[in-house]
Amino acid sequence: MGWFKRSPWMLHYNATSCNGCDIEVFASLTPMYDLERFGIISTGNPKHADILAITGSVNVKSEQVVKNIYDQMPNPKVVMAVGICAISGCVFQDCYNVLGGVDKVLPVDVYVPGCAARPESIIDGVLKACEILQEKHARQEKKER
Amino acid sequence: MTSIIEIYQSLGLFERMVAFVLIAPFIGGILAGLDRKLTARMQGRVGPPILQPFFDALKLFQKERIVVNKFQNVNIVLFFVFTIFSGALFFAGADILLTVFGLALAGTFFILAGFSVGSPYSHLGAERELIQMMAYEPMVILLAVGMYQVTGSFKVAEIAQYHAPLILYLPGVFAGFLYILTIKFRKSPFDLSMSHHAHQEIVRGLTTEFSGPALALIEISHWYENVLLLGMVYLFFASNPWVGLVLSLGTYVFEIFIDNNYVRFKWQLTLFSSWLFTAVAGVSNIIVLYAIR
Repeated sequence: MGWFKRSPWMLHYNATSCNGCDIEVFASLTPMYDLERFGIISTGNPKHADILAITGSVNVKSEQVVKNIYDQMPNPKVVMAVGICAISGCVFQDCYNVLGGVDKVLPVDVYVPGCAARPESIIDGVLKACEILQEKHARQEKKER
Repeated sequence: MTSIIEIYQSLGLFERMVAFVLIAPFIGGILAGLDRKLTARMQGRVGPPILQPFFDALKLFQKERIVVNKFQNVNIVLFFVFTIFSGALFFAGADILLTVFGLALAGTFFILAGFSVGSPYSHLGAERELIQMMAYEPMVILLAVGMYQVTGSFKVAEIAQYHAPLILYLPGVFAGFLYILTIKFRKSPFDLSMSHHAHQEIVRGLTTEFSGPALALIEISHWYENVLLLGMVYLFFASNPWVGLVLSLGTYVFEIFIDNNYVRFKWQLTLFSSWLFTAVAGVSNIIVLYAIR
């Protein structure tokens, strides 16, 4: 059954974001947008999370942290790049310390564009991520059989 | 309501225990769903569906198992088993003292689970859980003592059939119990060791290292525990079943209200305020009762 679709728990990590996207991620939890009506919970713990939402480009310092968080999450899991910096590095991509978008380090499943990404598009991205989560779970079960 | 009680009284001890084990998680899960919905409405949000806790638990059972210490899940299973055991004893009408001690033992296994993993957040959560246990345990035992003083029996079945509502004799004990009930329900201002909310200081506290099925077991144990605690509230009004049912649900709504209105206390304030409340409300009630009778 599609339980992943009904209860995706999200972990938010700020790689090197300017806080614009972070504020929008938390804005989507406020009464105005209310992510929780879809059963989405913002959890601070990678071991409880299904979706890893990363804001900002990845640099040399945050690379290890991002990888570590990803490895701690139990399968099935989905990575969501929130905002243009997380997608490609944006204007910072030529900086000497910036590696680029999140997909340089982790397998990204959902890209949420925008600078900063709007709460509406973040919610849309999370719901897309749920579908991918469900697919991943189905694939995993098939493999086990 | 009377027909439900008649059916209940026609059951044997073992059948009552089985009925509790089967029915309580559904009631507990719906209560948890109502909690989340009410909380959302109090904050001006739409909130998740009432059945959301069931979706969460079913999802958690499908997640991967990650074990950092092979004893961590043994402790969680024991926590689960002893919570059910004490709840089943209570609803079978058995000894309330054994219920109280069974619940304390379940809590001890939960703390051991917290200490068995490597995360410092989990250790901090377990230490805080120990302090919370020290804070609430005296009052829970006083509850059993007070009920014995009034009815002359530790048996839940006999306490429930007492001719007058116990609240008339034990208003102080009830007030004290209401105070520590917030700790037992893991509600703000006493959600020190682990919190269901997004505002958190030690990640997820005790449950930091538990994922997937183990976390689902913790959630389900919490549902069982909530039903048991509301059953204890019901005992205060048991002479009239309808009043008892409405007031124990009212207590739950009251706890949600408190949860949404208070910030988290420090452990010092939690411990000393609950002991103060236990001493002033609980102990004095029992002394007065002893002097009158």
